[in-house]
Amino acid sequence: MSTTGTTYAIQAEGLTKRFGAFIAVNAISFQVGQGEIFGFLGANGAGKTTAMRMLCGLSRPSAGQARVAGFDVRTQTEDIKRNIGYMSQKFSLYEDLTVTENIDFFAGIYGLPKERIRRQRDELIGKLGLGKEADKLVGGLPLGWKQKLAFSVAVFHGPRIVFLDEPTGGVDPVTRRQFWDLIYEATGQGITVFVTTHYLDEAEYCDRVSIMVDGRIAALDTPAALKEQFSTDSMDAVFYQLARGARRGDA
Amino acid sequence: MRVLPVLLKKEFLQIFRNKAILIISLVAPIMQFLVLPLAASFEIKNIDLVVVDQDRSGLSRQLLERITASGYFRLVDYAPSYASAYALVEADAADLVLQVPSGFERNLMREHVQQVFIAVNAINGMKAGVGGAYLGTILRSFNSSVVATYAPDPPHEAIAVTSSGLFNPERNHRIAFIPGILAILVTMIGGMLSALNIVKERETGTIEQINVTPIRKRDFILGKLIPFWIMAMVVFTIGLLLAWFVYGIAPQGSVWLLYAFVAVYLVAVLGFGLLVSTYCASQQQAMFVMFFFVMIFILLGGLFTPVDSMPGWAQVMTRFNPVAHMVEVMRLVMLKGSGFMGILPNFLAIAGMAVVLNTWAVLNYRKTG
Repeated sequence: MSTTGTTYAIQAEGLTKRFGAFIAVNAISFQVGQGEIFGFLGANGAGKTTAMRMLCGLSRPSAGQARVAGFDVRTQTEDIKRNIGYMSQKFSLYEDLTVTENIDFFAGIYGLPKERIRRQRDELIGKLGLGKEADKLVGGLPLGWKQKLAFSVAVFHGPRIVFLDEPTGGVDPVTRRQFWDLIYEATGQGITVFVTTHYLDEAEYCDRVSIMVDGRIAALDTPAALKEQFSTDSMDAVFYQLARGARRGDA
Repeated sequence: MRVLPVLLKKEFLQIFRNKAILIISLVAPIMQFLVLPLAASFEIKNIDLVVVDQDRSGLSRQLLERITASGYFRLVDYAPSYASAYALVEADAADLVLQVPSGFERNLMREHVQQVFIAVNAINGMKAGVGGAYLGTILRSFNSSVVATYAPDPPHEAIAVTSSGLFNPERNHRIAFIPGILAILVTMIGGMLSALNIVKERETGTIEQINVTPIRKRDFILGKLIPFWIMAMVVFTIGLLLAWFVYGIAPQGSVWLLYAFVAVYLVAVLGFGLLVSTYCASQQQAMFVMFFFVMIFILLGGLFTPVDSMPGWAQVMTRFNPVAHMVEVMRLVMLKGSGFMGILPNFLAIAGMAVVLNTWAVLNYRKTG
């Protein structure tokens, strides 16, 4: 999709996070357009999660600027939080609550009206095929279902941007494909998607991809353009050429 | 403000779903309350006594009868010598040796003066001290009856002491103990539950999901405080009813005053639990930290040892110990029937702690790292 619109969903300028002498995220700059699927790739320890946490208002930047949904990540974190959804690496719905209770709770703290919650929840449970599991504890669901549910909860309140931190880690290819169907459905509703992943086939599903190495953005373009630039036909090879120069992490 | 009911609903769902915690929180205190005051007695009984009677006179036999009739002592053995009596103490078969020297009766008759020797196994200091004191009391009263019977011209006791136990006429230790146990119960329940809860959310990662929502800090903290406040109040009510119906201890003072104080006290204790949880990364850490503080609070809280007999520095520390205030207020209101003015200093201290601890906890809880 086009990134030439006047307002970006996300705009980062020299965004930096230091922990003591360690620079986790080193002056990254990029823009994400409205409705875009933006892939945020990088080896382990490259600084992806830290960058994402800053954009979500969970972590204060050490330097630099960023605006998410038009709001400043330093001063307007609560406005940002009203306009985004977030799905962390670690599954973080309540395992001791049922599917229904989890949906009701998270929708409730975004202040959605009861009637809307009830209608949308029934729709969602039908769509995910969780009809029989609706009143079962989330802790007992298979991982793939948990992740689809977590994503659906993250976009339940209709955010403008959803941040996904390795949403498909540890699930089978079929479930991953279904998960991406959910992502496409969300973009169809105009939601911008910011996603980190280690699966390079997933990178191909993104409109544009950035690859982080040692806290910096080493490359940023559409998958096709990146493959051309590195004269290869797979994202795997692009990633490998960039990431093997990394000094940190365990990649 | 629509958010708070959502938070409360979720907390209560989780509380009622976690049967282990629910049972520990409600049933265990009740058990403690029923068993502890009956078993943990400050009265020392069953002191094992070994006697070395080298006099074997009518008078020495009278003395021994007097001692065994008191009910506090169990006569384990008559030993022929101090050495064999000592061997029994060494073997842990006796706690106390009473040696009546030969010539006991004769000297007492003729000279009105005689010594007996008591040796106490002081490993259990409390048992030794109290046992020695009991024996001393018995000997003194025996002494005066001997003097009255045999002395031609009985000397007057210069100061005769009679005493009366105010507010607890029978000096029933249970009556003094139960308000204290009530205090400890609500402290343990409130403090532990609140400390563990937020840390658990951090451990499972759900707090991150909460922090990324526009929820207000105030709502989140209230959503955590209110359920545990209610639970601790329920525990307190159960304890109060048990004290009433099982032990017959009805509060002498106003029940409402008691509740008013406990309401504020719980805000302080829950605030302390929250504060601990904001500093801890795991439930294990929170558990140990709470255990450390609660232990000290309780041991220095005036339930087991009177605050007035602590050294000066410890007495200063107890002013910052919420449990000490709670124990004191419980006793004042339940036993003495103190009114609001009587507990005002404690009330102010606890209210101060509640404000400080909760403010500190809210400031230290950050949605943004």
